[in-house]
Amino acid sequence: MPNRLHPALIGFAVLVYLFLMGPLVIVFGAALSDTTFLTFPPQGLTLRWFERIFEIGAFRRTIVTSVEIAFLATALALLIGIPAAYALNRYRIQLPAWLSTLFVLPILVPEIVLGFSLLRLVAVGQSAPIFLTLLIGHTLIVLPYCVRVISASLASFDFSIEEAAISLGSRPIKTFFTIVLPNVRSGVIAAFILAFITSINDVSVSLFLTGPGISTLPIQILAHVEQFFDPVIASVSVLLMLLTVAVMAIVERTLGLTFLAK
Amino acid sequence: MLKRFAGWTLSAPATTLVVVFLVLPVAATITATFIEPAGIIAPYQAFFSSGFRRTVLWRTLEISLITTIISVAVGFLTAYVVARSPGRIKSLLIIAAVFPLLTGVVVRSFAWLIILGRNGILNNFLIGMGITDEPFSMLYTQGSVIVAMVYLFVPLMVLTLVGVLENIPDDVVQAAASLGASPAATFRQVIFPLAVPGLIVGAVLVFTGSFTAYATPQLLGGESQMVMGTLMYQRAMVAFDWVSASTIAAIMVVVTVAVVLFMTRAARRLNPMAT
Repeated sequence: MPNRLHPALIGFAVLVYLFLMGPLVIVFGAALSDTTFLTFPPQGLTLRWFERIFEIGAFRRTIVTSVEIAFLATALALLIGIPAAYALNRYRIQLPAWLSTLFVLPILVPEIVLGFSLLRLVAVGQSAPIFLTLLIGHTLIVLPYCVRVISASLASFDFSIEEAAISLGSRPIKTFFTIVLPNVRSGVIAAFILAFITSINDVSVSLFLTGPGISTLPIQILAHVEQFFDPVIASVSVLLMLLTVAVMAIVERTLGLTFLAK
Repeated sequence: MLKRFAGWTLSAPATTLVVVFLVLPVAATITATFIEPAGIIAPYQAFFSSGFRRTVLWRTLEISLITTIISVAVGFLTAYVVARSPGRIKSLLIIAAVFPLLTGVVVRSFAWLIILGRNGILNNFLIGMGITDEPFSMLYTQGSVIVAMVYLFVPLMVLTLVGVLENIPDDVVQAAASLGASPAATFRQVIFPLAVPGLIVGAVLVFTGSFTAYATPQLLGGESQMVMGTLMYQRAMVAFDWVSASTIAAIMVVVTVAVVLFMTRAARRLNPMAT
């Protein structure tokens, strides 16, 4: 819709974007400051706060846990989410309408309630290991993204191509991997990225599911802020942002390149 | 024979996961509040008879409502500008709105600690400008929680509403203009009514998100601005009073579901394009 905009409206939008970018710039700046307290603009430039992250054992451990949980939860959610998305599209007549609502429930139910309920019934009630409960919680909250995003890609997929392959003698499972999956590749990439970001940044579900020696990075950051107000928090925040961007780039690259190699 | 159940079989793992680890545990948490020996609604009586907890509930509703109104208004005007920008600038603006979303809640809330603290950027700036001698205490107020929450939700609103605005057919806007409507009138009488259902969907996202938030009110509100999320955590993990934590959980679920159902019905009714 090309139309002239009122200058006041443009000015307002510029202010909003400054409001959106400003705090992130401040976190970057504060991470580089050569002071023992958080400040912006940075006074002197140093990378020592990034080294400091790895000197603190709690940060080292929680970074590993967070990355492990994010990868495992995303992989599990894709593993069960792709067949579910396929079923919702391919066998729509067979399945009741509430089934697709069921897969959105983890977004609808408050995450903090889910975390608490998993603690009560699974971690304490069934004495399941904390790591496993945490993994279940994260798989649940990323599942809706996997099912919905891949469903959306499948909605524009022409299933007669699949039928053609099968009627020409291709086995159904082989057909799925060689015909269906490559066609929804961009959906799978998008789902992977969304799921990973959701998991690695999660607070509300992880909040109740941390135990001795097991915690996630966002929870550890929260705990650290309550005691210290030093630039380590800013540098670890930057690290978390960089990690997210790196995973996006890697996923895009690897899944993109395998596709090109075909 | 097998084909009749193919759909069920393929969706079985995901269905099982959601039913066993979400539906059942959450239902059990809610049921637990009704089978207390003290009586069926005893935990709720206890909750609503406590002045402190009532205050927390009202405060949470107030913060969520104000956050929703500001986020929807700011998000709508910004989305309007984004949707009408020329191609290159538009994609740049969309990326700039996506980037904060990739950054977690903790990091984005923590940024406001640096800005609003006693020795924070804003206070240093105000003192430097000679506007004040004494730093203001801006943290741990309702205002600081709302600012950080608005910051959290504006990108989400912008992205949701850019999609909504782009779905409004150009012909409709052009028809209004060719029939003599001024740009302002077109906006008021054509574009805005068509965007209302999208605004409602966005408002539901913001309201339920703020109502059940934990990290932001914890970091920027602390003990003095306790909300439902932080109160629930405190009851469960500090006081180990699981019945009262479950009661708060049940109230959260009821409010969330009520808002979602009520607002989606309203969105459907207000949709002028619906037939």
